[in-house]
Amino acid sequence: MPMTTDRKRQLLTAALVAPAGLWLFVFLVLPFMAMVVFSFGERAPEGGYQPAFTFAQFANLPSRAAAFWNTMMIAPAGALLCLIVAYPVAYYLAVKSNPKYRLMLVSLVVVPFWTSLLVRTYAWMYILGSRGIPNLLSMIGIEDVRLLNTPGAVLLGIVYGYLPLMIMPIYVSLEKLDRRLLEASADLGARPVSTFFSITLPLSLPGVMTGVALVTILLLGEYLIPQLLGGGKVFFIGNALVDLFLQSRNWPFGSAIAVTLVVVVVIVLTVAMRIAWKVSGSRQVDLV
Amino acid sequence: MTKWYRENAPITAENLTDEWMRLKRGSVTRRHFLGVTGLGLAAAVLARQPGVFNATAYAEDLGKTMSLATWPNYHDPASFEAFTAATGVAVEVNVFGSNEEMLAKLQAGGTGWDLFVPTNYTISTYVKLGLIDPLDMAKLPAFSQASQSARFTSEGAIDGTTYALPKNWGTTGMAVNTSKIKTKIASWKDFFEVAMTEADGRAMVHDYQLTTIGSALVSLGYSFNSIKPEELAKAEELLIKVKPHLYGINSDYQPGMRATDAWMTMCWTNDGAQLNRDMPEIAYILGTDGGEIWTDFYAIPKSAANKPAGYALLDYLMTPEHAVKEHIANGAPTTDSRVLALLPADVTSNKIVYPDEASLTKLEFGAAVTLTDPARAELMARFKSA
Repeated sequence: MPMTTDRKRQLLTAALVAPAGLWLFVFLVLPFMAMVVFSFGERAPEGGYQPAFTFAQFANLPSRAAAFWNTMMIAPAGALLCLIVAYPVAYYLAVKSNPKYRLMLVSLVVVPFWTSLLVRTYAWMYILGSRGIPNLLSMIGIEDVRLLNTPGAVLLGIVYGYLPLMIMPIYVSLEKLDRRLLEASADLGARPVSTFFSITLPLSLPGVMTGVALVTILLLGEYLIPQLLGGGKVFFIGNALVDLFLQSRNWPFGSAIAVTLVVVVVIVLTVAMRIAWKVSGSRQVDLV
Repeated sequence: MTKWYRENAPITAENLTDEWMRLKRGSVTRRHFLGVTGLGLAAAVLARQPGVFNATAYAEDLGKTMSLATWPNYHDPASFEAFTAATGVAVEVNVFGSNEEMLAKLQAGGTGWDLFVPTNYTISTYVKLGLIDPLDMAKLPAFSQASQSARFTSEGAIDGTTYALPKNWGTTGMAVNTSKIKTKIASWKDFFEVAMTEADGRAMVHDYQLTTIGSALVSLGYSFNSIKPEELAKAEELLIKVKPHLYGINSDYQPGMRATDAWMTMCWTNDGAQLNRDMPEIAYILGTDGGEIWTDFYAIPKSAANKPAGYALLDYLMTPEHAVKEHIANGAPTTDSRVLALLPADVTSNKIVYPDEASLTKLEFGAAVTLTDPARAELMARFKSA
């Protein structure tokens, strides 16, 4: 019997989704399940994991409260700072820049990705270190300024490192913006500021939300920037995890923290995205 | 480069390599090669002893690359370049901040290291966990047990089997930038006090449980190796009190000290010697209240992918003519009297590298139990995430 078109379509879809699905299952779902199993185990005498069934690891979570708190505060703060810096850039690129140079300007945003984040963050260590900016400041009489290994340095590194990830989604949503809406708004007597807040910003909200979510999620697992620019003193949950797996070799506790982090992130983001989509969805305007 | 250490030496590895390459290119005759290198004579002698000549390390296929796990600022890069020139094997160097980190990587598997540099107190655990193999001494003709100082090298062998060969010994003290810090610092007690006062925001401790917890314990009058819960609790209290005043928690403290971002740090002999060599205002001080004395070893992981190259590099570095360059660059004291004899007087008279015996008496070797003790591991992790 020949296959129906529907059946063919289903098979095609399955074939196209299979590689990604398999990938996610093998490298995301299976490891996550292993982590859940580990999180109920015990640390082996020499470190690592040994099977057990205990809630001791979860009971020990409060000892990492500071790291959780740092992450939960600095990740959204970093994303917000990124947003504040990124929005005008994206707006300029999408709306104000000369279309002739637009492609070139957009690619300039991506150029830093050609160099490893590690190298670029290392460069900041020298810029912020005593021989960098503090040295210049001392020439004009401001002595003993310390920038490196402070929360400010970590925030700066975050904004620098993640800016392109924020600019791109906002740029994409602003580029699709229908200019006729802006003209209509002006015709109806709205000033540029109110046009921006009642038309441009709401219509770019999906891009903003994507950018914020992208940067926040990546920041929740950030390890490198706090390590290099925070000097091991500004501690993220990512750093706590590295310590538990690569120093104290407490896999069960590390797994418990990782599982908790995943659960917290899923809850926070689901709630945040629901609210955000509702806000932007209710203002969606269809012109045609 | 001065040639003092080469005087009376028949031929160096570089020269041997150069001559070998010349022979291979055909620019010299075999007769010239054998004559200039002394190999003709050596072969004539060795030919009578079957089994000796074919035991040289380079007899096997060494591959193109190998991987070494070691400590920051710990080698003369020229050593690796010379090794690569001699063998064609490129050396990839991985740098670590603590023995715990090395152990964690080996336990997790798949490191790809062919040679690594564990500290004395960890070797028994590596053996117990089956992570390192006994060394095949036939592949290490350059090593001489007789010229080693047993005080520093005994932990390389377990029940008479050699698992690791000594790289160098050293101490864990304090490096202090005396142009920034005027208070005289003599003990770990002083270190932690000054870290919270005059050096507020300018002191560093290692990202390493053994030395950071150990030194805190010493400053409180306890043993460097203590695992007693009440003593560890006191040490944790001190560390958490000091933490907000620290510049950083990092075992790679040379960049911070050199940039004068940090004024004071926990410091290993070799880093102390390097810092003092380039910046004489940085003093290296051993705690009058105690601290650590240690030996770093070379060992070959059981999981090594390229053991022949691991042995070849180890044998290369055990050759006194090569080891001496390592010691000059790295600034740590040698355990090998053959190397000591080759070292220039300005190195052997350097009190940072070869301190008076009296200043060593209170120092303790790390104890194996600290490596695996869960309380110390968790204390360090809590201190960092506090």
